[in-house]
Amino acid sequence: MDRKKLYPWYFTSGALIIFFLLCFLPGIIGILYSFTDWNNFTDKINFVGLKNYLEIFKGKPEYRMYIWNTVVFTTVTTILKTVVGLALALLLTQKVIKLKNFHRMIIFSPQVISYLVVGLVFKSMLHPQTGFLNNFLKSIGLDFLAMNWLTDLTTVFPTVMSVDTWKGMGYIMVVIIAGLMSISPDYYEAANIDGANFWQKFRLITLPLLKPIIINVTILNVTYGFRVFDMIYSLTNGGPGNATGVINTAVYKEFSKGNYAMGTTLSSILFFILLFLLYFIVKSMENKEVQM
Amino acid sequence: MNSLKKSIGNIVINIITIIISLIILIPILVLFLNSFKTQGESNKMSLSLPSKWMFENYKTVIEQGKLVSSFFNSLLYATVSVSIIIVVVSAAAFVIARNRKGINNFIYYFIISGIAIPINNVALMKVMQSLHLVNTRIGIILIYAAINIPLSLFLSYGFISTIPREIDEAAVIDGCGPIKLFIKIILPLLKPITSTLFVLNFMAVWNDFIMPLYYLNNSQKWPMTLAVYNFFGAFENSWNLVSADIIVTLLPVLFVFILGQKYIVGGVAAGSVKG
Repeated sequence: MDRKKLYPWYFTSGALIIFFLLCFLPGIIGILYSFTDWNNFTDKINFVGLKNYLEIFKGKPEYRMYIWNTVVFTTVTTILKTVVGLALALLLTQKVIKLKNFHRMIIFSPQVISYLVVGLVFKSMLHPQTGFLNNFLKSIGLDFLAMNWLTDLTTVFPTVMSVDTWKGMGYIMVVIIAGLMSISPDYYEAANIDGANFWQKFRLITLPLLKPIIINVTILNVTYGFRVFDMIYSLTNGGPGNATGVINTAVYKEFSKGNYAMGTTLSSILFFILLFLLYFIVKSMENKEVQM
Repeated sequence: MNSLKKSIGNIVINIITIIISLIILIPILVLFLNSFKTQGESNKMSLSLPSKWMFENYKTVIEQGKLVSSFFNSLLYATVSVSIIIVVVSAAAFVIARNRKGINNFIYYFIISGIAIPINNVALMKVMQSLHLVNTRIGIILIYAAINIPLSLFLSYGFISTIPREIDEAAVIDGCGPIKLFIKIILPLLKPITSTLFVLNFMAVWNDFIMPLYYLNNSQKWPMTLAVYNFFGAFENSWNLVSADIIVTLLPVLFVFILGQKYIVGGVAAGSVKG
């Protein structure tokens, strides 16, 4: 049977054309334009070499702040979501918990809510005067804990990262539960006969067998973290000042100012960072295959 | 003694679980209660019941927030782009899964790299301008299709690989060509993955906020997310109305979530456990 005839190449063309035109092509054009002074004020576009990149790495410190914030956000939320997600998954697979599926559904549910809406919900909940959290803390006599969650320079970034974890932890939990279910109970039975305690079973059976899933979850969280936009835009819009600005909020800021070249340069830097990470992800997957 | 200790332990971890669920539920519950209060009462957000249930808050919000037209915009963008995704992705995944050699292998990796690689929104503007798609409904629909194709292809490919090839051979012997084979034989078998793709992509499009922010500046074409964001800006001091607005926006997604829960959780788990 002729495979080429039965499975014609043009079946792939729809997906390929749409993806090529609206995802790949902008990426390439964007890199080309990052070497120009493209903006909204003149029609003339001049080649300026590496000027935009030098501006970001040597010029105004706010640009390096955006990149630094993105890295901090990615690292902290990845660790938080993985640890909390794993803890929740372990908790919600215990036999003694009542209404397990109901709790799983509740904890997963923020995942289906728009980042924008989550942002607005917490913007109102965390309002220093009218918000629920401060009212609640004051009503139980913990006034000293009531803070300006989203306007104080020292608390704003941890607050944003916590809200992001609130939204994302259920998703990670569901993925890890699926992984836990696929571990054969025989291992635990054997360990019980040998008299292993909870921590020994966790460290010697659960963690090693969950390793591939933890790697996947980490990849998911890292690629999300670098691209984060909605959450921050709706909670703080990068403020106060530039305290919570990340690469993608900066891209939008430059875009709305008409400063297209700078926007596309920042976007291209993000592109290179993720391409670099993708290279390592693929490499680590190849190694896994070789080992097996 | 030991069994007493154990049952206390059981109660404690059940209470911990309930507290965690409450941390998720309370914000939504507070907003729900708040959405029925008067403006004065809603200024102090709490879990107390409204002294007078103001159902007319919802009427005000739906009228002033342009929620009806933006609801239909969202519905249009989500259903059309998801249909496009399902058609092009199933066809592509079918051919790639059956014959993953040479160019097909390259196409597969090329497209799924889009799961991780970010979109350059500034340059996408340039492409959209040259295709005359800026500020059009079809433009935003095509963007949604494009950004969701990579993950959908990945999931669909994994599923089609589990359908035995003998089915194709039997169909060919019965005289099917490639198009007939795909439409009559393969597509009906794809029902489970099609449902997953539908629910996952529908919610992704429904919840998106970035693309209209960049590419739609005409408020008549705004989807719900953008309408809510603007409402929030305009009524920032009327927390009761803002709460009602948020609740109205939440309802459709919660509805889809409750109906399609099986597919969402299944899709989420399949996508990351296999990958």
